[in-house]
Amino acid sequence: MNPVTPTLRLVDAEPLERLSRTLEALLVVASTPLSVADLADAAAVDEVRVEAALHLVGERYSEGRSGIVLERAAGGYAFRAARTEAAACARLVERPVERGLSQAAMETLAVVAYLGPCTRPDIARLRGVAADSVVAGLVERRLLVEAGREPGVGGAVRYRTTELFERVFGLEGLSELPRLDDLGDGADGIRERLEAVAERRPA
Amino acid sequence: MAPPGPALDLDLETFEGPFDLLLTLILKEELRLAEVDVADIVVTFAERLPEVRRLDLDACGDFLVLVGALLEIKARELFPDVDVDLAELSPEEAAEELAARLEAYRRIKAAASWLTERLEAESDRYFRLGPAPLAPQPELRLVPQEPAALAEAVRRLAQEPPEVSLSHMALAFPPVSRFVERFRSVLRRRVRFSFDEEMRTLSRVEQASAFLALLELRKQAELDIEQSEPFGPIGVRRLVVERSVA
Repeated sequence: MNPVTPTLRLVDAEPLERLSRTLEALLVVASTPLSVADLADAAAVDEVRVEAALHLVGERYSEGRSGIVLERAAGGYAFRAARTEAAACARLVERPVERGLSQAAMETLAVVAYLGPCTRPDIARLRGVAADSVVAGLVERRLLVEAGREPGVGGAVRYRTTELFERVFGLEGLSELPRLDDLGDGADGIRERLEAVAERRPA
Repeated sequence: MAPPGPALDLDLETFEGPFDLLLTLILKEELRLAEVDVADIVVTFAERLPEVRRLDLDACGDFLVLVGALLEIKARELFPDVDVDLAELSPEEAAEELAARLEAYRRIKAAASWLTERLEAESDRYFRLGPAPLAPQPELRLVPQEPAALAEAVRRLAQEPPEVSLSHMALAFPPVSRFVERFRSVLRRRVRFSFDEEMRTLSRVEQASAFLALLELRKQAELDIEQSEPFGPIGVRRLVVERSVA
């Protein structure tokens, strides 16, 4: 029987505030989102306490309360600027990663995000146009990254989306992407559009 | 109004201009057909149709033949290995395959437009971009050491090592001049002699010295050296008349 357990509980409550300050410090020095496990390792505490302390940090750094906001992104936690301060940020820094992404780039990102890891021939098959230059551009922007090769000798390189992709698109993870069935207007929509064209045609 | 067909103006992702020019560029291989969205050409054509009062069926037929050819060339370019599979399909199966691909593409297009909207909605989110920070290197722990042992190790290192004796390597080279005089003396008595015979009783070091003496006398043109094959016996022959001492 351990008689000191109640005392330990009392000591425990106070350092949560202290731990939240440690987490703030870790999140400030990191340039990529940190997972609960990363934070627990660095702070040398268990993950349950990190989650409790993150709740405190999240309340302190939220939209409307601070210029810095704690957000969940790419499977972890990270600080970002408050949306209300976007105009000032835009005058200071550019967002080169997502600047000028073409329709072809968006479609390629969609293919890889939903079906990845996949190869350039896979992308070409779905889009009906060659994907080589688009994929190269997305790799250069660090939105796609190589993820091994197809099995067999000389297998094509596979690609997957990066943590940066999730961050840029404000996704906590790829599971946050909407189901493909929920997207678009489906076969009925296509038929309606064709009928509209037919109606515009003079008899 | 001009009939749709070859005069069709296109505004595609990879090409902007009349359909004629597009065909020319493709034939001259200045534009990769794989990069051209043929569906966009067909849609543009279909959109132009309602504007035409009198449909030119010949022009429409030409257009369909051209687009059909483009599609075939493009299919071969994109999928050089699947010709056999396509050839084996019946028209119904091919139509089904096409419909399935179109449906898959429609979904991807919808996903892309969702991503575009998402990007627009998230355009006011600014965050720091940079490489992942370096993690500290793991600390290498040593077992506790005695300071005295460290001092002893340093003291041993600081000691002058004992001088290495080279006495066993001592070689006493006899002076070359000794053999010069000896060969001259032999040649005074004989016109020729065998170097090997003459040196047989000497040590290797003496033989080396004697050989140098031989070369020296050869340089001074007092004798000639003969050897019929490598490592064969060396013959020595007198060249000069005995020098007059007087």
